[in-house]
Amino acid sequence: MSISIENSELLRFTTAGSVDDGKSTLIGRMLYDSKSIFEDQYEKLKETTERRGEEGVNLALLTDGLRSEREQGITIDVAYRYFATPKRKFIIADTPGHIQYTRNMVTGASTANVALVLIDARNGVVEQTRRHAIIASLLQIPHLVVCVNKMDLVDYKEEAYEAIKEEFENFASKLDVVDVHFIPISALKGDNVVHRSDKTAWYDGPTLMYYLENVHIGSDHNLIDVRFPVQYVVRPNTDEHHDYRGYAGRIAGGVMRKGDEVMLLPSGFTTKIAKIDTFDGELEQAFPPMSVTVLLEDDLDLSRGDMIVRVNNQPEITQDLEIMISWFSDRPLQERGKYTIMHTTQEARCVVKEIRYKLNINSLHRDLEDKEIRMNDIARVVLRTTKPLFVDEYRKNRITGSVILIDEGTNNTVGAGMII
Amino acid sequence: MKNPIDNSPSVQQKMAGKDMNYNLNHLRELESESIFILREVAAQFENPVLMFSGGKDSILMTYLAQKAFHPGRIPFPLLHIDTGHNFPEAITFRDDLVERLGVRLIVGSVQEAIDKGMVTEEKGYNASRNGLQIAVLLDELEKGKYDAALGGARRDEEKARAKERFFSHRDEFGQWDPKNQRPELWNLFNGKKQYGEHFRVFPISNWTELDVWQYLAIENVPLPSVYYAHKRMVFERDGILLADNEFTPRRPEEELKEMMVRCRTMGDMTCTGVWKSEATTLDAVIEEVSTTRVTERGGRSDDKRSETAMEDRKKKGYF
Repeated sequence: MSISIENSELLRFTTAGSVDDGKSTLIGRMLYDSKSIFEDQYEKLKETTERRGEEGVNLALLTDGLRSEREQGITIDVAYRYFATPKRKFIIADTPGHIQYTRNMVTGASTANVALVLIDARNGVVEQTRRHAIIASLLQIPHLVVCVNKMDLVDYKEEAYEAIKEEFENFASKLDVVDVHFIPISALKGDNVVHRSDKTAWYDGPTLMYYLENVHIGSDHNLIDVRFPVQYVVRPNTDEHHDYRGYAGRIAGGVMRKGDEVMLLPSGFTTKIAKIDTFDGELEQAFPPMSVTVLLEDDLDLSRGDMIVRVNNQPEITQDLEIMISWFSDRPLQERGKYTIMHTTQEARCVVKEIRYKLNINSLHRDLEDKEIRMNDIARVVLRTTKPLFVDEYRKNRITGSVILIDEGTNNTVGAGMII
Repeated sequence: MKNPIDNSPSVQQKMAGKDMNYNLNHLRELESESIFILREVAAQFENPVLMFSGGKDSILMTYLAQKAFHPGRIPFPLLHIDTGHNFPEAITFRDDLVERLGVRLIVGSVQEAIDKGMVTEEKGYNASRNGLQIAVLLDELEKGKYDAALGGARRDEEKARAKERFFSHRDEFGQWDPKNQRPELWNLFNGKKQYGEHFRVFPISNWTELDVWQYLAIENVPLPSVYYAHKRMVFERDGILLADNEFTPRRPEEELKEMMVRCRTMGDMTCTGVWKSEATTLDAVIEEVSTTRVTERGGRSDDKRSETAMEDRKKKGYF
């Protein structure tokens, strides 16, 4: 077991759902069937369930960690859950599904490889299903897996599953999602979650767990366009490393190789990669999401917020951004308002030049009239920054294509933007 | 320290997992994420400090910090809140480590705080100095004017910690407001604060207990001996095995017996349970961790005080 885990990949997936659609039961089922719930956790759950006068074991209590959540029986925040199988290690970002928690869904979706969308087989595609899928598409989660749940309540009928699949596919054709997969399951009974069901003989696809263990995530990072935002300058200033000047950072895109000719932004100077250094020794090449230290052949001025790229493959250098923004604050987004903006390791100020439209995240309808952007709204806006940023489209690179906005009075993160 | 220039394919392969496709194995991805956070703290804050308990998680943190700033030194001091109730092995190990890394160590003493009347010692059989650490920690953070305190807490440890951010904002009283946390997206961490406020930062949030052990094993990181099975005098209280120690009075019915045990977490001797174990090597420990059915904090009596004991302590400033 120890050896296989050392070679296993990390997969992050997000779930969203409300109290009744079986999300907590599904997570509980995955944790339980993969033997990731511990005995003392299970005993505590049983005790708490009994004390609350409920029957059985309420697996939702496993994900609801805060006092107020336990009291109200709802998930408020993003909760992170961990489990591993011999093939992969999984991080679940478990988020609430109600519209008033859109910001939490967006947060959970921002780093996910896979979005898990649950549909109640009795109800078909509902508003919440559409919302989750739209958020997954906006946040460019590479893989979408649609679990048609509660199949036991529709007698495991193929027609019920096919009808929902068709309904979802019709709707998803309007979305920007590449890879959609459907699985008929019963989280409660365990059908097709970890173990294959003998009640869905008509279904020849994988179980949910098999899908999660095997979905190809190798190409989820951009391996074409070299982007290295300088995070920190390492200068030991010791006798042993007197002239050492290394640029530390996490590779945001492309494969960097020793000897590559590179350009530094914003200066535009060109030089070569002299060395890719790590504590474990020098590397011939490095790729996302590795954290390394890059040494250059020439002694040029470069600091935090600058970027190392390839000469013939540069990001857009601009002060004008067009973004889809998800708003987090109870104070509405201000047209002509000024905010601090963070992008990669850069920081600047920006002004909201124009609010183009508000997106209805249940229908994708663009509202050009109502431009009051409140908490949990998603809108398309135009920003002007105080200094040039080195950006890519979010579609091409989730790291160099994303920004956050910070309120200058409260210091709170008030918005998350995806560059168009 | 290892040879800084190693061009062998083994380094490349080690970074990438078994074959050179552009995939990192999960331990390398976690390592990279933690290094990113550590560097982000050094870049965004003026005066960070690393909270060092002597346990395996804070040993992992110092090891990752060493990697993050290589070949430079770790650019912040370590802060140990010393309850005076430590496993003696932990203190020896701490002092050796500090000397090896060449970092500064600051010790905040709970005993001194008690002597000065700043805090009051708990009384009774289950007395613990765990809660007293909060006041001493906050006092040290204030005295040192630290604006970021790095901690080795992990989200898989406890359900309140499952909701914790990497960058966790604390008000001027050091309090955590779990319902009003800043959203964290992508690689963007907002460390902005008002004067007098500070951040707790948790670079190993996404590691599980098994990840930590696996990583310490492949990296050959030395650990205090209490993490391996050894013979020790213990007694049972409320279903937990406690190491015999001079600070915890025993009830008449609590009999001492010698057993093979090890620690899964290491806090004070007064509240850290030890586990029956035959695992005397790292491989045996990993085998045990990957098949165990009880959480590591299952043996911490400080967490057993109530259903939300951790959340309540965290709100006050515990880490």
